[in-house]
Amino acid sequence: MSPYIRRRAVNYTVLALSIGATLFGLVWLAFIFWTLLRNGIGAITPALFAEMTPPPGSQGGLLNAIYGSIVMTVVGTLVGSPIGVLAGTFLAEYGRGNPLAPIVRFINDILLSAPSIIVGLFIYELMVLQMGHFSAWAGSMALAIIVIPVVVRTTEDMLNLVPGSLREAAFALGTPKWKVIVMITYRAAIQGMLTGVMLGVARISGETAPLLFTALNNQFWSTNMNAPMANLPAVIFQFALSPYKDWQSLAWGGALLITVAILILNISARLLANLRGFSK
Amino acid sequence: MSTDASVTPPEQGRAPAFTAFRADGGAAPTHAAPIREAQRPTEAAKPAPPEKVIVRNLHFYYKKFEALHGISLALRDKRVTAFIGPSGCGKSTLLRVLNRIYQLYPEQRATGEVIVDGKNILDPGVDLNLLRAKIGMVFQKPTPFPMSIYDNIAFGIRLYEKLPPSELDERVESALRRAALWDEVKDKLKQSGLSLSGGQQQRLCIARAIAVKPEILLLDEPASALDPISTQRIEELIGELKTDYCIAIVTHNMQQAARASDYTAFMYLGELVEFDETEAIFTHPKNKRTEDYITGRFG
Repeated sequence: MSPYIRRRAVNYTVLALSIGATLFGLVWLAFIFWTLLRNGIGAITPALFAEMTPPPGSQGGLLNAIYGSIVMTVVGTLVGSPIGVLAGTFLAEYGRGNPLAPIVRFINDILLSAPSIIVGLFIYELMVLQMGHFSAWAGSMALAIIVIPVVVRTTEDMLNLVPGSLREAAFALGTPKWKVIVMITYRAAIQGMLTGVMLGVARISGETAPLLFTALNNQFWSTNMNAPMANLPAVIFQFALSPYKDWQSLAWGGALLITVAILILNISARLLANLRGFSK
Repeated sequence: MSTDASVTPPEQGRAPAFTAFRADGGAAPTHAAPIREAQRPTEAAKPAPPEKVIVRNLHFYYKKFEALHGISLALRDKRVTAFIGPSGCGKSTLLRVLNRIYQLYPEQRATGEVIVDGKNILDPGVDLNLLRAKIGMVFQKPTPFPMSIYDNIAFGIRLYEKLPPSELDERVESALRRAALWDEVKDKLKQSGLSLSGGQQQRLCIARAIAVKPEILLLDEPASALDPISTQRIEELIGELKTDYCIAIVTHNMQQAARASDYTAFMYLGELVEFDETEAIFTHPKNKRTEDYITGRFG
């Protein structure tokens, strides 16, 4: 066999394997989404957004869980993102030659891949046991801890993408370092940094384990951050395992809701990232 | 090597050689020639302006690597000094010492003296922000900030001055006019600086540098990424700006050095080989390596 034919054969084989592997992954994704749609679409009714989680055998919706999920996700993001942005800024702008930076980066990578149930246990020890009860605050803090490493990583990566020549040009005008960072580097990297925050939101909006130990759940409408709060992942967990048909149907509806919300978030994050390079 | 190049090139007594050079019409520059021929003799006859920057025994290190081996020379105020030499000869490095921009990188350091207005700017106590506000720099690649054209210029002014809006407008306009960009951007000041062409972006950067009223301008291959027409505009601009500034320009383009500068320094492997008036360097260089380089035999 001539080397050329051999090379072509190898090329086609590897290409076929790659396409096969991609399709294998996509098939399951599509399968999951199709199952969610098939089982969940029937549960998406106005009542889902208007009524509370019902006792078994009666009519109801997921309003309290939707509200709780949104509130805890928002609070978690608001607490976690600034910390993540600041730490990412430290790594990208002040980390050069600083012995602390590689350590912070390493620990952050571990945190990034840590099982979220560990984060839940940590907050359980730190807040729930101290306060003596489950609360939405504790749930938000657990989510915040999950957001931090995501935002640290994307912030550092995005700031590192800003060309050094742009920073030099700003310094060459006599700009103090903090102003270079806030007014030039952030501005150049803002879209990527926002993408990181949105990815963080997408990550925590489906987290169940950390909430089981912290916010627990609530059958009723509650806006008290100092008390247990309903949330979609915990409700799905509870309802899906129940023997009641109407609960199961609501769990499908909630699962579809979260998936679509995350899908939309991810797609917007991508679109935002593609806008990079500053609109002309 | 560098010792035979005097710290200050003689400005007087060059007139005869200069006339001879012009008379035989040798390498007369093209477009800028009429202006220069009218200006040059009177300028050479005048006493040389004072030395604005004096570099003494400057050594520079990237980690252990010594990039500059004891450079000594002086830049005169209101004159253009060109630095030529093959890649890696240290000309950009020298420029980056003059505003201490190298200090952004902890592994780089310089020893020796750089005296600006009587003060050694390499002293540790020097306020780098104030120093850099006084010594403007334009880089090889255009670096517009990700903001509007107006804010690109106003950014530097706002750092050190609190001006009422009308005065700020005037400063922005005059900087853009000096950089020969005003007519092209006056109707789109709110647009992003990144929407301009490469040549316009580079003039925007020059405008940004002069808007903060520096005394010295460092130009690091400002035209190397530009087309010939934009290059010509930048060169004309340099000729106009030197009435107010002490200008140092690094260039790979020898015609550009010949056209745009009053003095030329030829550097090679981190040493200053020859430093003299531009005409002298390009008509009768004293050093063989200078001659080889400017005639294109190496580099």
